[in-house]
Amino acid sequence: MTALSLQNVNKSFGEVHVLKDINMEVEEGEFVVFVGPSGCGKSTLLRVIAGLEDASSGEIRIGGEVVNLTPPSKRGIAMVFQSYALYPHLNVRGNMTLALKQEGQSKALIEERVQEASRMLNLEPYLDRFPSELSGGQRQRVAIARAIVREPKLFLFDEPLSNLDAALRMNTRIEIANLHRQLGASMIYVTHDQTEAMTLADKIVVLRDGRVEQIGSPMELYNNPANQFVAGFLGSPSMNFFPAQLLQEGDDRTMGVRPEDLFLDDSGALAARVSHVEKLGGDTNVIAQVNDHQITARLFGQHAVEPGQDLRLGFKPQNAYHFNREGMRVD
Amino acid sequence: MNKARSNPFNTVAMHGALILYTLIALFPVFVILINSFKERRSIFREPLALPDADSFSTIGYETVMQQGDFFLYFQNSMIVTVASLFFVLLFGAMAAYALSEYRFRGNMIMGLYLALGIMIPIRIGTVAILEMMVATGLVNSLWALILVYTAQGLPLAVFILSEFMRQVSDDLKNAGRIDGLSEYTIFFRLVLPLVRPAMATVAVFNMIPIWNDLWFPLILAPAEETKTLTLGSQVFIGQFVTDWNAVLSALSMAILPVLVLYVIFSRQLIRGITSGAVK
Repeated sequence: MTALSLQNVNKSFGEVHVLKDINMEVEEGEFVVFVGPSGCGKSTLLRVIAGLEDASSGEIRIGGEVVNLTPPSKRGIAMVFQSYALYPHLNVRGNMTLALKQEGQSKALIEERVQEASRMLNLEPYLDRFPSELSGGQRQRVAIARAIVREPKLFLFDEPLSNLDAALRMNTRIEIANLHRQLGASMIYVTHDQTEAMTLADKIVVLRDGRVEQIGSPMELYNNPANQFVAGFLGSPSMNFFPAQLLQEGDDRTMGVRPEDLFLDDSGALAARVSHVEKLGGDTNVIAQVNDHQITARLFGQHAVEPGQDLRLGFKPQNAYHFNREGMRVD
Repeated sequence: MNKARSNPFNTVAMHGALILYTLIALFPVFVILINSFKERRSIFREPLALPDADSFSTIGYETVMQQGDFFLYFQNSMIVTVASLFFVLLFGAMAAYALSEYRFRGNMIMGLYLALGIMIPIRIGTVAILEMMVATGLVNSLWALILVYTAQGLPLAVFILSEFMRQVSDDLKNAGRIDGLSEYTIFFRLVLPLVRPAMATVAVFNMIPIWNDLWFPLILAPAEETKTLTLGSQVFIGQFVTDWNAVLSALSMAILPVLVLYVIFSRQLIRGITSGAVK
């Protein structure tokens, strides 16, 4: 069964056309990540699904029912916000129980759900504290717990990790992944961070300028990007692009090679001058110039490469991608 | 810590300036207070002297208590001020919320229209207002004053509050919507507490002019039973003779309630409970 399906969804703010003809489906229990650069419409799309914005046209179905005219609280969704959005006048327990009280659930059921959620997220010691007395990580866990107690058909996450510091972000990411496994619920997660997208998603939706660029599993998108934008957006460091005529005269396509597919090779195709080296211990990132084109190579292990050095980089032909003038994939 | 602040000379200079300003600001109040406890001759002979055994007298307070129903005036002023502030804050906050939260046709125009009142003094319309009050039979009632003061305070209230409401996190309001709170609950329970400092500012700005106003009470509600404190005190000021003891005593007593209200509102100015709600 599909948890969510969008059909020809459009959204305009006055003259500005923000979402253009979005079609997609989220299967039951699937973890779907919307990813794209800022301003691509991913947050707006989430808000349309939540019912916080009305779609200008198109159909939204949650659990098979058309919900275009259903208010947010009746859509069977729960949302976790970037800024946590905890109610400042309520303590942690109050924050978690408010929605259930609004629905008129019994006290016993509310208590049971709170126990369950606070156990999952280790919030038991904090139930009587107010949001102002919690750290950023704890607040985010409360926000997630507030979503869990509702047992929604669909979880919506709006960049939940962007206010956390790097170490906490990684921990919370793992926590969210565990949560998804335990609950088996359908989740939609919006982020601009491709690492979060790759690590969490069952299915990634890449958006640009209000359009869906490509939908697929992380490895499908990584191995088989439909166009230059998707190829460049996923993967870190991002894919190198250079004119194919550097290697073959008269070829007007753009060639793309991932930094991790490049290696030092004395007979390699690309003659490069090193401009910068990042030594990370496990990896060495070499930033080099090839005929005025900047190329990044990610070499595994430690290499004695210095800026100013000339070297040759090679790659296997099957690891090269080709794109036409419009940026579409042509191989 | 800031270097300028930790320098002892700067600290002394800063405190000196603030103390000097406080003295200047409080001086008239001080003079009113000490002279209200003196007999008439001493007020004019030595206005700055503290009341001593010879000059001490409560004759002014006695006059005030005897002449006219001073407590009624007091009560009228209090009712008018508190009720006007209540309506200014309630309607001002509601209008500000609508203007800042909802997108609708004419939102901008409506905002400008509501703010226009800041630039046009309400007293220009006194004659029309009086005619309206006569037509509706509200003359010589406290409602006449409350309505006029509410109208007078709304433009600035809408202007200031809508600016603050825009800063309230959208996420918080949206979280409320998803949890099934009604728009009224979101407004009263989530938004209002967060703009409390702004509400207090608006209240303080509006309170003093309303409390001190002589113009509208004189024109719209001069009857004995609806006189406000400021109007009531006027009986002691005659064209040829002024009972200064009574005037000063009345003024001294008029200061107290505003002071209490101010203390209540200024505590709200300082307190902020936003921390922790949103990052």
